[in-house]
Amino acid sequence: MADEHYFLQGNEACALGAIAAGCRFFAGYPITPSTEIAEIMSQRLPKLGGHFVQMEDELSALGAIIGASWGGQKVVTATSGPGMSLMQENIGYATMTETPIVIINMQRGSPSTGQPTRSAQADMMQARWGSHGDYENITLAPASVQECFDYVIKAFNLAEEYRCPVLVLADEIVGHMREKVTIPEKVEIVPRKAPEKTDGVYLPYDAPEDGVSPMPAFGDGFNMHVTGLTHDKRGYPSTDDPQTHIDLVNRLCNKILSKRNEMAMIETEFLDDADTIVLAYGIPSRSALTAVKQARQKGQKVGYIKLGIVWPFPEETLLELTKNAKRIIVPELNLGQVFLEVDRVLGKHAKVELVSKIGGVLHTPKEILDKIMEE
Amino acid sequence: MRTEIRLGGFGGQGVLTCGIIIAKAAALHDGNHAVQTQSYGPEARGGASRTDVVLSDEVIDYPKVDNPEVFVAMSHEALMKYIGDIRENAILIVDPELVYEEEIQSIIKDKKLKYYKSSATKVAEDVIGKKIVSNIVMLGSFVKITGLISEEAAKKAILESVPKGTEDMNMEAFKQGMQIVEKIN
Repeated sequence: MADEHYFLQGNEACALGAIAAGCRFFAGYPITPSTEIAEIMSQRLPKLGGHFVQMEDELSALGAIIGASWGGQKVVTATSGPGMSLMQENIGYATMTETPIVIINMQRGSPSTGQPTRSAQADMMQARWGSHGDYENITLAPASVQECFDYVIKAFNLAEEYRCPVLVLADEIVGHMREKVTIPEKVEIVPRKAPEKTDGVYLPYDAPEDGVSPMPAFGDGFNMHVTGLTHDKRGYPSTDDPQTHIDLVNRLCNKILSKRNEMAMIETEFLDDADTIVLAYGIPSRSALTAVKQARQKGQKVGYIKLGIVWPFPEETLLELTKNAKRIIVPELNLGQVFLEVDRVLGKHAKVELVSKIGGVLHTPKEILDKIMEE
Repeated sequence: MRTEIRLGGFGGQGVLTCGIIIAKAAALHDGNHAVQTQSYGPEARGGASRTDVVLSDEVIDYPKVDNPEVFVAMSHEALMKYIGDIRENAILIVDPELVYEEEIQSIIKDKKLKYYKSSATKVAEDVIGKKIVSNIVMLGSFVKITGLISEEAAKKAILESVPKGTEDMNMEAFKQGMQIVEKIN
């Protein structure tokens, strides 16, 4: 079997990516504009020996995939803003219990039920810290149908590597548009690392300082406790000892933050002599690249950076890439979210400017070009 | 070269399928690049609906259609609703049985449109005997007029996209569409 080419919707590519990554369990509550993902999973998973469960709401959807992950499955759910809000409590639980799960959020106009059939990127800060507590997770932002397929596979692999929730934040435009997708003959899959049997005391959370432990499944024969309470290396609740909490929460954050440059997925164009750089993620990156090419034709020294992974934010890599830039332009389909992080990190040496757009329509290249040409 | 195409009709008529087939033919069978997008508003069924297609021989960065160079109209409502940002000298293809032609003459003149007619719905009903294939008749006319996708690619993409058992009917619809084009100006 060779590589195969299809003409697919972004949502279809997400579903096929999940299946290619080895996912055989989906629990969710269908919602526009992500509904096709649930629809396809409901058709395909039973034929592959997997399970599709339509839940009563998104709280239970996340509960179900967390449980199935501890049952040894690779798991996913798909939603949009209103569902994402309901998932926040259990995102914290998955973070604390180091449960690999993948959540696909096809962002739509918001707050609340907002604009079901329109695009937005206004859940970016929620993706980072929507649940309570100090924590870090991984968030990818696909900008094409091919990237829906590729990034969802990557999300599953990162979830296994880091034992954490991984979010794929696309949007209505990417979810519903159709493009050619190449499905490779073979995809790289990171299998779950199982612990070794021991005759002594099993320590399920005996992880290195910035790392993770192997993860057993229920039924594998390991005695352990899974809890959202602060726990020690045995997994037992230990809610009173400050040091246990300090060590645990720092490890959970640092296992991700310490790899922020290593895991970054950054694409660049025309950076060599660029004094202005357009830095984008998700669907506006495509308007941005067109605008940058048009500006180059007008003789402007403009470069382009696209973030495939937004969280964790690859601070040091971006500082290095932009060190000669005087202006950074950030187009977003919100009133300024990732812009704030760009400004925090790069604002000391460059002027960071937002090109905000809400209402559901993508930036035209001209809107970004006009910003480039302002100075 | 990049070409922006818009197809408008009423929900359920098959303009969406028609747009997907054009994009699929270009991307999978002509070796070009294509992006298909659509309006997903609550008006999608019954009212005006539209789909946009971008074709190019290069990778397509910006995926949306802002100023169509080809506009296919299969309902008067969709034509009036979505034609506002059409480019000057663009190609306009209408199904004359579904459009009030006298009402669009000023647009055709102002924008210097190249105006074509394809009686897709009438031919689908009278010649094929199934109104449902009017979108494929229109696809045949689109290919004949624009040449933006090859006839071979279009046929392959149709066969991949239509329900089993309807292949012959759709091939005939496509053939009819190629033959009924009327160039007005």
